[in-house]
Amino acid sequence: MKYVKCVVWDLDNTLWDGTLLEGDAVSLKPGIKEILKTLDERGILNSIASKNDLSDVMQKLEEFEIAHYFLVPQVGWGAKSTAIARIAEQININRDTLVFIDDQPFERDEVASVYPEVMIVDAIDYKELINMERLNPKVITEDSKRRRQMYLEQEKRVYDETHYEGTSIEFLESLNMEIRISRAQEYDLKRAEELTIRTNQLNSTGIQYGYDELKELLDVPSYDVWVCELTDKYGSYGKIGLVLVEHIDNRSIIRLLLMSCRTVSRGVGTVLLSFLMKRAKSAQEVLQADFIRTDRNRQMLITYQLANFVQKKKEDKRILFENDLSIIQEYPPYIKIIVDDERKK
Amino acid sequence: MENYEQARESIRNFIIGNMDVFDEDITLADDDNIFEKGFVTSIFAMRLLDFIEDEFKIEVADEDINLVNFSSVQQMVKLVEKSEG
Repeated sequence: MKYVKCVVWDLDNTLWDGTLLEGDAVSLKPGIKEILKTLDERGILNSIASKNDLSDVMQKLEEFEIAHYFLVPQVGWGAKSTAIARIAEQININRDTLVFIDDQPFERDEVASVYPEVMIVDAIDYKELINMERLNPKVITEDSKRRRQMYLEQEKRVYDETHYEGTSIEFLESLNMEIRISRAQEYDLKRAEELTIRTNQLNSTGIQYGYDELKELLDVPSYDVWVCELTDKYGSYGKIGLVLVEHIDNRSIIRLLLMSCRTVSRGVGTVLLSFLMKRAKSAQEVLQADFIRTDRNRQMLITYQLANFVQKKKEDKRILFENDLSIIQEYPPYIKIIVDDERKK
Repeated sequence: MENYEQARESIRNFIIGNMDVFDEDITLADDDNIFEKGFVTSIFAMRLLDFIEDEFKIEVADEDINLVNFSSVQQMVKLVEKSEG
C-alpha cells in the first residue's frame, strides 16, 4: 500500500456547495476547513482540478481563508486527467500517490480511464477521506508538517535557479548550503523511518527499515546510524539522508544509504560518501557498500561509482562495492559541513 | 560518430564554461587528466555525465560509469562513441 501524498479537489459541489460560475452564493461544505487542516498537518498536500475561472476561484478561496492550502491549482477548461498529470509533475510525485475527489461521475471516470493508478473518491464521501488508511501515514514528523512549506521553498529555489545568470557553481555558492551529519537520536528515527518508506528512488538497497529495527541498531556498538540535514538560504530541507554502517573486523560496510530525491542535484550523496571515506581511511578500515540495482536507483549507482567505488562482486542485481580510498575528495567549497560525532544516550 | 570534432568541441566547451579555474592562460589538452589537474570532483563528473547524456541523446551503461571515463576530453569522446553503439 502506498500512502497518499496529495489530494486533488474538484470545487463545485465537492469542496463547496453550489456552482460558482452560475453565480451561486457558494458555501464550504461542513467540516472542509478542518479536513484541509488535518491533511496538511499529516504532510498530505492539497491541490485543485476545477472547470472554472481562475481569478474567481482564487478570490473565493481567499474569502474562505483556505487558499494557502492549495499548491499548483489547475483551474481551466481542459480534461481533469490533464490537470492531474500536471499536478503530479509540478509537485514531483508519482500519480499513484494522488487522490482525486469529484462529485461528477463523468469526471471521475475520465480520470480513472486515463490514470487507473489514481485513487478516486466520490465527493459524497469527503468526510471519510481523513479516515482512509492510505491517508493515515503511520509516521508523522516535524518534516511532514512542514511539507507544504518545503514545497514552496523548493518552488522558489527552482525558479531562482532557472533564472540565475551565472555559472551553476556560482549559483550553488549563492545558496549558503549547510549539511549537518550527526548520529541518529531516538527522535530522528520517525523521520528516518519515513525516509526509508518514502524514498524508493534513492535507496541503495531497497531495504525498508522500521522504527524498531533502527532503534535497536542505535544501541549496537558495531553499527553507526547517521542522519543528515540540509539547509540553505531558503530554509531547511529537513532530515534528508540516512546512512547505516556496520563495522566487521577491519571493514566498514555501508548497509544502507538513503536520500530524499529533492536533494540529488545538490551533491549531498557525494558529500556523505566523502564523509564515510574519510572516516574509514582514518580508522584504517576497508570501505565496502551493499547495493541492489533497481530500475529507479541509477542516480545512486552513479553517486557511488563516480566517488570511485568499484564493483567487487556482482550477482544478478546485488552488488558489493569497494573503495580503495586512494582518491578522497574534499567537500565542495560551497557546502559547509558540520559533523556531530557524539553518541548520546 | 558522425562528427568527432563536434563532440570534442562541445565537451571542451562545457568543461571550460563550467570551471572557474580555466582562465585565458590555462590550456586544456584533449588528453589532460582533468582530475589530476585538480579541477574536477565527483560532483562535476556527475554533471559531465548529465551533460553528455543530454547533448548526445545517449544513456551510458552502468559499467561505463567510472571516473576514468570522465578523466579527459579524449576519454569522454570515446565514451560517447561507445555509448552510441
